[in-house]
Formats: sequence, structure tokens, C-alpha cells
Amino acid sequence: MTFLVPLPVIIPLLGAGLTLMLVRNPQAQRAVSLTTLSATLAVASALLFVTVRDGPQVMAIGGWAPPMGIVLVADKLAALMLVVSAAVTLCVLVYSIGQGMADGDEGTPLSIYHPTYLVLTAGVTNAFLSGDLFNLYVGFEVLLVASYVLLTLGSTENRIRAGTTYVVVSLLSSVVFLTALGLVYGATGTLNMAQLAGRLDDLPGNLTLILHVMLLLAFGIKAAVFPLAAWLPDSYPTAPAPVTAVFAGLLTKVGVYAIIRTETLLFPGGRITDFLMVFALATMIMGILGAVAQSDIKRLLSFTLISHIGYMLFGVGLSTISGLSGAIFYVAHHITIQTTLFLVAGLIEQRGGTTSLERLGGMARLTPLLSVLFFVPALNLAGIPPFSGYLGKLGLIQAGVDVATPLAYLLVAGGIATSLLTLYAISRVWNLAFWRSPQAETPPEADDDRDEATTGGPGQPGSLLPRLMVAPTFALVALTILLTVVAGPLFEITSQAATDLIARTPYIEAVFPDGAP
Amino acid sequence: MIPNLVYIAVIGVLFGAGVSLILERTLTRVIIGVILLCNGVNLLILMSGSPGTSPIVGASPEEDMSDPLPQAMILTAIVITLGITAFLLALAYRSWQLLGHDEVQDDVEDRRIMELAERAEGPHADENDDSDDSDESDESDDDMPQDHGADRGRSPR
Repeated sequence: MTFLVPLPVIIPLLGAGLTLMLVRNPQAQRAVSLTTLSATLAVASALLFVTVRDGPQVMAIGGWAPPMGIVLVADKLAALMLVVSAAVTLCVLVYSIGQGMADGDEGTPLSIYHPTYLVLTAGVTNAFLSGDLFNLYVGFEVLLVASYVLLTLGSTENRIRAGTTYVVVSLLSSVVFLTALGLVYGATGTLNMAQLAGRLDDLPGNLTLILHVMLLLAFGIKAAVFPLAAWLPDSYPTAPAPVTAVFAGLLTKVGVYAIIRTETLLFPGGRITDFLMVFALATMIMGILGAVAQSDIKRLLSFTLISHIGYMLFGVGLSTISGLSGAIFYVAHHITIQTTLFLVAGLIEQRGGTTSLERLGGMARLTPLLSVLFFVPALNLAGIPPFSGYLGKLGLIQAGVDVATPLAYLLVAGGIATSLLTLYAISRVWNLAFWRSPQAETPPEADDDRDEATTGGPGQPGSLLPRLMVAPTFALVALTILLTVVAGPLFEITSQAATDLIARTPYIEAVFPDGAP
Repeated sequence: MIPNLVYIAVIGVLFGAGVSLILERTLTRVIIGVILLCNGVNLLILMSGSPGTSPIVGASPEEDMSDPLPQAMILTAIVITLGITAFLLALAYRSWQLLGHDEVQDDVEDRRIMELAERAEGPHADENDDSDDSDESDESDDDMPQDHGADRGRSPR
């Protein structure tokens, strides 16, 4: 079944080419994009089924045997990430089509939106599947360049401002990554991850430490780990709602995925796992304190996004099977939940004309449906039982208590505190935007400036919600509830994936059946 | 492999100059910094392989050949840098078109805090005034090339 492995990369790229040819025909573009992403989702699901049944699947590109050529590897972790990301991108695509129809395409010029979106998907899947560090770099670049275009769509003043920061910071992380690649190749003579796993072990400790730190630095910027996260809340909220949603869901998680790979496959038992835990704690606390102080829903959600990256790092830093399993579960949960919340924020903007908490009010009476769509994922994010957020946090906290070092206990305490503060931040949104009695009509000219400055696009206040925007949001909310229902089997898969990651041999043996050269 | 001291010095200079230019305020200088930095990285990758004769089978004994892989990687990196540089230049041009300069501005939070400090008022002082104004960005939408493309794209509707 190895022929399935490259398909999640090839299909979106083909679709991107097709949609580019169909620039003059928006309807055909939509049809092609929808088909493409549905096919990607189907292939990813098949791949997950096969990897869980038969172990990691490997494809040597062009038939070049592994140490020479580039390999794509789908193990359980990669396959699971693929399924979740494909499902999320499909829902967001439907949502953006709905929004494009509602807005008359002003915020999202459709002609370049579809090809760029599909290229972004291809970059994400390539990064997940890559079994070669340089190919991982290429995957990162593909998704980043697509994200530059999506973030500056329409090139209004605000998006140019936010885009500049975003592009330069991302570029800097790419330069650090590329430097690390040069050093890794100079030290070991290979960039194949399975081969590196063996060769890095033989290097002197100080050299591995340098390589390790450089790679973590590059991925840390992408994953928005605390001291390197300042770019995120500044750039994400200015993009159109579906773009922000897919960025928030996927891009940082690709960084987290790369950190998981670095920590388990390349540098297991590294000397800086304790530092990773400290950064995890700082990310959680600083992120959520930032969220509490915000008065705009999109910015608030961006800060909760940073904060919850800390939970995943916490699991990775524990480097036990249960810790990693919890981290992987949390990644899957957080991709869906964060995307859902940003889509809901887009709906609020559509209905209420703004995402500023000072001006919203009475949404619960205005649109009961929307308030349900917000309420369920919001509780899920904060970790209220029985939702998947609760289960993910529970798994991580259990893993922390099992490790039972003072640092682990500190992280457990920090995790619980973050969960409570998330609940506080989220209930503030709920109280102000949904439960408060409607705000007295302020003349729109008086304070419209700031709102449009932060959101980037004018929404028509009071316009009804298009069905094509509500349906995918509803589907994503259903997906988050589904994650709760299937949490048992899902934890089964994630702990298998974590066992494989810690053991390392399933991955290495899949790439080199006759032993690493 | 013995590292070549000249290369190391050049890489050091390129990195140093690149970093100090990236810390500048104008986007044009940042772009030049990025280019220098990327060239420094490319040299670094080149150094990670062994030098030698051209790697063509039969042209020379295998031990004397240079390592072709770093060169292939540099080619990829150059292409990516080229694309991103073009994009950054477009951003700088667009910024100049909209604002008359290409300075990288402070982020929203920084500006808000600065305004607060200037006015030294209560926490709600930041509501009505942000340096951006909506009608400015509205009129800027008019002269966008993409929008014309999108207009034509959806004209059948």
C-alpha cells in the first residue's frame, strides 16, 4: 500500500495547478478544490488505517534507495496528523466558499485563493510525511510561502503591516533551520532522518547539543513557543477569518510535529528536555495572561493558541510514552478546536459586524444557534468534562504525575492554572458578547476605525449567516464532539504512536529493512 | 575535511552584516540583510560537503570527487530565497504605495501602550484612536491589481 504515501502531497499540488488554469471560472475552481481536499481526506484516512494495521509505510521517491534518495514516511503519528489536518482544511474551504459568496469576494479574491490554499495543504502534508530533513525544510517553505500570500490577501494597509513582520520572522526561522541543516550535514554526512538517528548518537555531546538547540530554535519560532511567539497574535488576527482559522489550526502544529520528531527520533534523551519543560510552563502562563488582557475575540483566541502550545511541549518534555501520547492527542484535539473557534469568531464578525468585546452584546438572544456553536468548543478548549480538551489535559496531567519530579509537578500545577484561566478568558467572551444585553447603538463612524484596523475587513452588521458558513462550523463542532466520543480508540492509536516514537526502531526499520548504513 | 579559514571569515561577515541589517527599521534594508544572510547560509552548506573534482562517474576516481548533495541543496535554497525576496520587494513597494515609506511599524499592542503612555489616562483611553484609519484602507483597495483579476474572474455572475 506504499503507493498511498505520496498521494496527500501530489493531489493538492495537482489541484493547485488545475485551479490556477481555471482562474476565469470560479465555479469550476470551487469544484476542483472540494474534490481535491475530499480525495486527500480519503487517502489520509486509508493511510491511517494501513499504518495502524501494518506499521509505517515508506516510499522512496523516484525509486532511489533511502540513503541516496528522499523518502516519504507515514507512521502512525504522521498519518493521524494527516487525517486531522485534511478534515480541518476541507471544512475551512467550504466555510471560505460560503464567506466569499456572502461578502461578494471582497476580502478574499477567489482567483488566487484556491491555488494558494491547496499549495498550503500540500506543504503541510509534505512536512508531515517527510523522512528527510531537507525535504522537511522544503515542506516548511512551501507552506510558509503560501501562508505569506494568504495573509496579505487584498494587500490592505493592515495586512501589509502584519504580513511584513510575519514574513521576516518566518524567514529568520527558515534561515536558522537551513544553518542547522548545513551543520547537521557537515557533522554526519546525511540528512535522512532514519540514518541521522543512528549517526547523531555517535557525535560528541557538545556538538549534538548545538545541533539540537538550533533545530529546536527554528521549530520553536514556527510552533510559537513563548519567547519566540510575539509575532503570532500580531499577524494572525488581521487575515480573513478562514485563513486565520487554518493558520491557527495547522501551521503552529506543524512546528510542534517537527519538535516531536526532533525530540524522539533525532535526539532522544537530550540534555535540554528540562529546559523544554520550563519553556512549556512559560508558554502556557504567558500566553493565557495575554489572552485575559485582550478585548478582541480574534486576538484573545490567538493568545489561547500560544498558551495551549505549552501543553503539547509539556507532553513532549516528559518524554515518556504516556506523556507523548497525551501530547499527540492534544495536538489532534487542538487543531480542530482552535480552527473551530476562529471560524466561530468569523461568524460573530459576520453577524455582529465586529469582534471587539466592547461593542458586541446580546448575541445569545440574536442568534441562539451561533451561541451554541461558540459555547461547546469554548468549554472544550477550557477543558470542561466530558469534552476532548478535558481528556487531553487529563492524559497529560496523569503523565506528569507519573513522572513525579518536582518540575513535572510544577508543570501539572501550571497546566491546571492555565486551564482555569482559559475558562476565565472564554467566559469573559461569553458574558460580554453573548449574555450582556445588546449595546446601545453607537454611531458606527465614531469608533469603527480601530475595529476595522484589527480585523482587516468590514463585515456587514446584522447580516444573516450564510448556510455555507454555518454548515462547516457545525461539522467541525461535531468533529470535536466526535473526538470526545472516540477518545478511547484515539488514545489507543496515540499511545501506539508514542510507543513507536520512543522505541525508534519501527521507523528506522521501515526505512532501512536491512539495517541503517 | 579541513575547514577553509577564508570561507569561515566570509560566512561570519555575511551573517554579521545580515543580522545587523535585519535589525534596521526600513524594509529595504531588511531585504538586503535577508539576502546577505541567505548567501552566508549557502556558503555554510557548501562547506559542509567535501571539495574535489566534478562528480561525474568515470571522469575521476570516486575519492577525489566533490560532494554534489550540498550543491543541490544550495540550488534549492537559492530558488526559495529568490521567490521570497521577490515577495518581500513587492511588500516593500506596496507599503511605500500605501504609506509613502517602507518602515516596519510597531505592532498593535506596542502602539496602544505608547498612546496610553503619552496620554497617561485610564485603561479605556485606547478606544477611539488608532493611527490607522478605515477610509484610508478602503481607498487603497481600489488600485489593487489582484482585485481587477478577481473582478474579471467573477464577471459571469
